[in-house]
Amino acid sequence: MEILSSLVDWSRAQFAMTAMYHWLFVPLTLGLGVIMSVMETLYVKTGNEQWKRAAKFWMTLFGINFAVGVATGLILEFEFGTNWSNYSWFVGDIFGAPLAIEGVVAFFMEATFISIMFFGWKRVSKKFHLASTWLTVIGATISSLWILVANAWMQYPAGTTFNPETVRNEMTDFWSVLFSPVAMNKFFHTVISAWVLGSIFVIGISSWFLLKKRQTDFALKSIRIGTVFGLISSIILLVTGHGSAYHVAQRQPMKLAVMEGLYHGKEKADLQAFAILNTSKTYDNTEDEFLLSIPVPIPGLLSWLGYDNCNAFVPGVSDIIKGGYQLPSGQTALSFDEKQRRGKEAIRSLSDFRQAAATGDAEAKAKAKVGLDENYDYFGYGYIDKAEDLIPNMPLVFYSFHIMVILGMYFILFFIVVGVLVYRKKFENIKWLQKLAIWTIPLAYVAGQTGWIVAEVGRYPWAIQEVLPLNAAVSKISTGSVQLTFFLFLALFSVLLVAELGILTRQIKKGPEAEVN
Amino acid sequence: MSYEFLQQYWWFLVSLLAGLLAFLLFVQGGQSMIFSLSKTDSEKRLLVNVLGRKWEYTFTTLVTFGGAFFASFPLFYSTSFGGAYYVWMLILLCFVLQAVAYEFQSKPGNLFGKKTYQAFLFVNGLLGTVLIGAAIATFFTGSDFLVNKSNLTNLSEGFAPVISAWGSGWHGLDAALPVGNGTLLACLRNLSLGLAVFFLARTLATLFFVNRLNHAVLESRLKKTLWINAVPFVVLFLVFVIWTLLDKGYAVDKATGEVSLVQFKYFLNLIEMPVVLVLFLLGVVAVLYGVIATLFCKKFKKGIWYSGTGTVVTVLSLFLTAGYNNTAFYPSSTDLQSSLTIYNASSSPYTLTAMSWVSLLIPFVLAYIVYAWWSMEKKRTTVEDIIEDGHAY
Repeated sequence: MEILSSLVDWSRAQFAMTAMYHWLFVPLTLGLGVIMSVMETLYVKTGNEQWKRAAKFWMTLFGINFAVGVATGLILEFEFGTNWSNYSWFVGDIFGAPLAIEGVVAFFMEATFISIMFFGWKRVSKKFHLASTWLTVIGATISSLWILVANAWMQYPAGTTFNPETVRNEMTDFWSVLFSPVAMNKFFHTVISAWVLGSIFVIGISSWFLLKKRQTDFALKSIRIGTVFGLISSIILLVTGHGSAYHVAQRQPMKLAVMEGLYHGKEKADLQAFAILNTSKTYDNTEDEFLLSIPVPIPGLLSWLGYDNCNAFVPGVSDIIKGGYQLPSGQTALSFDEKQRRGKEAIRSLSDFRQAAATGDAEAKAKAKVGLDENYDYFGYGYIDKAEDLIPNMPLVFYSFHIMVILGMYFILFFIVVGVLVYRKKFENIKWLQKLAIWTIPLAYVAGQTGWIVAEVGRYPWAIQEVLPLNAAVSKISTGSVQLTFFLFLALFSVLLVAELGILTRQIKKGPEAEVN
Repeated sequence: MSYEFLQQYWWFLVSLLAGLLAFLLFVQGGQSMIFSLSKTDSEKRLLVNVLGRKWEYTFTTLVTFGGAFFASFPLFYSTSFGGAYYVWMLILLCFVLQAVAYEFQSKPGNLFGKKTYQAFLFVNGLLGTVLIGAAIATFFTGSDFLVNKSNLTNLSEGFAPVISAWGSGWHGLDAALPVGNGTLLACLRNLSLGLAVFFLARTLATLFFVNRLNHAVLESRLKKTLWINAVPFVVLFLVFVIWTLLDKGYAVDKATGEVSLVQFKYFLNLIEMPVVLVLFLLGVVAVLYGVIATLFCKKFKKGIWYSGTGTVVTVLSLFLTAGYNNTAFYPSSTDLQSSLTIYNASSSPYTLTAMSWVSLLIPFVLAYIVYAWWSMEKKRTTVEDIIEDGHAY
């Protein structure tokens, strides 16, 4: 069992590392992409060469960043097969489709038009070029739609049924996969978070030019666009953030409990503004949950976020394991022991079904099918050893969630303050705020990374929520093989990141004046 | 649409993507020649830049090939990628190197200097082609794996309930090296295709340069380069094809699903599917015509279109030979009954139908690619064009 758990841990580590590196590059592509497209649009509309220069400057940074995003994305796509072989079969019928559509619909659009965007300034007309720039960004955004649809399905598997003949889940409704409320909310929350990051990046870099007293006109133009775009985006982000919490509460109550450090459920539950977890607390002891806790002074905020009702009951870790509380559907929640028993029953029925099918015993097959259908909802629980295995890494998820939320609030304030000062023409004189703007760039990355930690680590122990746990999803390879590739990719991605930062810094220092018209 | 039609349709699309990928590997072929073909920095820069305007097509086709294979034949994705782990990881690794190399090489502050990034391009050109070729050869020679769906219901302590498992710890390196259960003969055959793909990519790259470059000195070297690459390509390709046609192949009994070894199976497939045979022959003739016409006719610059289209059609027909006519497209040489066929490895009828609707977009995608390509390539590229371009590498 230990060998298996170490294989699962290393496979998770490799996937997490690839995904986190990927998400260092993608949000800038999505966010900066829109901003540079807006600038080029202004150039085409006004004929003002300064907009062209500005667009080209941001495009150069876009290109440098884009390359590493593409490289890490390639690995991510294939890791589903290389490291999660069972997963690829068990849910490939649903999960493969969005990836293929992403390739056909989005990647070719990006690849085709990015080439015109970079090399076509003198070869195609102004308008064709502008269209190409927009199509590059639209392609990137559509690609994120499809991969986020796939990810949302892992959080909330909809539109599918289990087929015992083929031993896998099969799609029954494409539209409920695509338009699942979780998918739509996830798409907007994630893409808009990238827009916020792009805005912060533009404001931060432009502030550097103001501090250096270079290109102030360009810098202020860029900041103006960044602020408007960023403020609108960050407010929508707040709304979609609430949407995320609502969906998590409905579909992944354990994730919500862990996000809030909630061991024992309560009605009218508060949201923690700041808290320190008591790490010796377990689901079955009576210690306090926090060493220090300061709730947001709005009573029942967590209940409202999760259930749109200030008085709603929010189950804690302990409740989810022990069961017995009332679910939003009106049914009584089962205990882990009961779910595990029924999961094992489902797996046993599947085994009986296959044996009966092999021997041609129709009666036994039909009987096994009944047992499977009755218990399939708990199939995944059959692979889980003990109750503790249901709990994600609480400190990681809890602190990540709170860091993300606090940063989200800070960004709104930041955009308002910068916006007001730019409008009053005072921003260019406030050096400390310009420095703060530069330091806000890494914070935007932290917010994105912590958001993904909440989403993905919070799903533990499931690869597919309540359908397939990680230990039944993994490939059959040695832990050593995964360690080897893990360190190889870690070294490679880290080196590429350093190289990218080196190039970006040099390119920024060259400034928009280096752009050839 | 019947389930069988959908499975065949999707095998056709996967095969077509494989053909397009093989053609677009000319970028990799070109990358393997940037050092040998150029003598000055400006020559090298020109070569890098004409390739650098096309590399994303190859890369995207590779990604889409993977995605389409996943969506239509997920058991292949789980068996091959999870099993031949090292080979696929190596392939991916060298494509990661490529993805950054173009953009980073000429930018100050890039940590390693231009030479290193150009060496990355070379590594991608060499490993990318040889390994993809060798991996595809196993579609005919077989691999060392077991598939057992009942493993999922085995809850024994410490047992990983994994459906597909590679036979040895070499995880795919046994396709190119006589280790694990890989035999020397099978490795040689796999490598003959791997190297054939490598030389084909270089041949196509040479034809691409003939078509795109406007540079007297470089152009004067291309004829010799074409000879050096086309001859080994033809020899290695013939070795692989003749060997494969004469050897045993993996046949499936459609009624029972039982897989058995049948002498001359792939040859019989071509005879029994005359359309595929005609496609194969036309493809080969087109490839050769493009090469020969370029070698012997000084003014002929369109060789890439003949040989490129020929490559697409030839690879398409080879893939059809591997998957159609009751053949196992990804055979297990260890356990015949574990072999993957387009019937036992495919997605459900519902998913294939949904994906088929999406596939109607493909002509539209191809149309805008062609339009974009032509709008950018109205004249051949000179060194001056590169310098004028704001975004040159």
